[in-house]
Amino acid sequence: MIAGLPEEEYFSSGHRACAGCGEILAVRHALKASGKNTIAVMATGCMEVVSTPYPESSWKVPWVHGAFENHPAIASGIDAALKALGKRDKINLLVFGGDGAYFDIGFQALSGALERGHKATYICTDDEAYMNTGVQRSGATPPFGATTTSPAGKKIHGKQQAKKPLPLIVAAHGIRYVATASVSNIQDYYKKVQKALATEGPSFIHVFTPCPTGWYYDSADTIEIARLAVECRFQPIYEIENGALKFTSKIENPKPVAEYLQKQGRFKHLGKEETEFVQKYVDERYNFLLELEKQKKAFDVLL
Amino acid sequence: MQNKKINKGYKLLIGAVIDEPGSSEKNKTGSWRTFIPIIDQEKCIKCGICWMDCPDMAIKKNADGTFAIDYAFCKGCGICAKQCPTKVISMKLEGK
Repeated sequence: MIAGLPEEEYFSSGHRACAGCGEILAVRHALKASGKNTIAVMATGCMEVVSTPYPESSWKVPWVHGAFENHPAIASGIDAALKALGKRDKINLLVFGGDGAYFDIGFQALSGALERGHKATYICTDDEAYMNTGVQRSGATPPFGATTTSPAGKKIHGKQQAKKPLPLIVAAHGIRYVATASVSNIQDYYKKVQKALATEGPSFIHVFTPCPTGWYYDSADTIEIARLAVECRFQPIYEIENGALKFTSKIENPKPVAEYLQKQGRFKHLGKEETEFVQKYVDERYNFLLELEKQKKAFDVLL
Repeated sequence: MQNKKINKGYKLLIGAVIDEPGSSEKNKTGSWRTFIPIIDQEKCIKCGICWMDCPDMAIKKNADGTFAIDYAFCKGCGICAKQCPTKVISMKLEGK
């Protein structure tokens, strides 16, 4: 064990991800938490493209590629097959997808699989745009985030809509474990994956993974940016276990959101007013979550 | 399963299955690097944070507890140097 994590790697070097990729860290440490008895299903996206350029693979566990819109259905099939073979308790099922796969295109398949209650752990590696095809806006892009399809022009300054609160939408399906995490705190993420795998039925983890290529910052800053996002309350870190929302790292004295925004090229067009808007947007959403925490069993009735 | 040879000598299996786990290790990504990280072993406290935060699995633990960078795969992103709590990893422009 190094820093509380197992040394064994299930994801190998030589993959084609950009230098400083945050998503790789999420995949790498989820596999560590899951161990060698794992089947991984993955949606289309950066991680699929960089990890399996034919005829090579970076995966050391059985891995199936599915399309955006059907990979949770593939996972459902694997779950049913494992049950029929009587091996369900011995094998972990990890399902990876990016924000495009879970916030947008694969959402119906995810929703269906959650509703059917197939046991699998879904991990959404969120880099807030479609990075694989060259940075297009997604349901996860935050307000005013500049992408190639929501550019920062003279009149319209980046994306005009809010970010979908996906973990809450998933929790509303009545599943027993939903958590958010960030690559700035790997040990916390590792524990959450272990907890998710031990959950009865489906479980979901939303992990915040900065992308140097799409967000326009120096590749060395990936962990720093992820940490800032947590410290300024932009990315709240909580878990919803058996219907109760609980913050796992509550930020009592948040840094100003401007500090986080200024570090990234995708927000460099923001003026004072827009920065204030984002600050208000972040505060409102965080306060809403604090309210949910106070209710103790906010999602209880949906279980 | 029947194997069929296609271009460049790759074996094409049914369903385009890749039957060699972790085979991307054939692709040495070290050539992508512009800046090279160097660990000052004398000052290193062996905490393993560089190992934990490396997206290329290019930092390996030696038997004596020290960490070494595998330059065959290191892309030179600089996360290790930035995250090192004792700042013993320096990034230097790599001469070709």
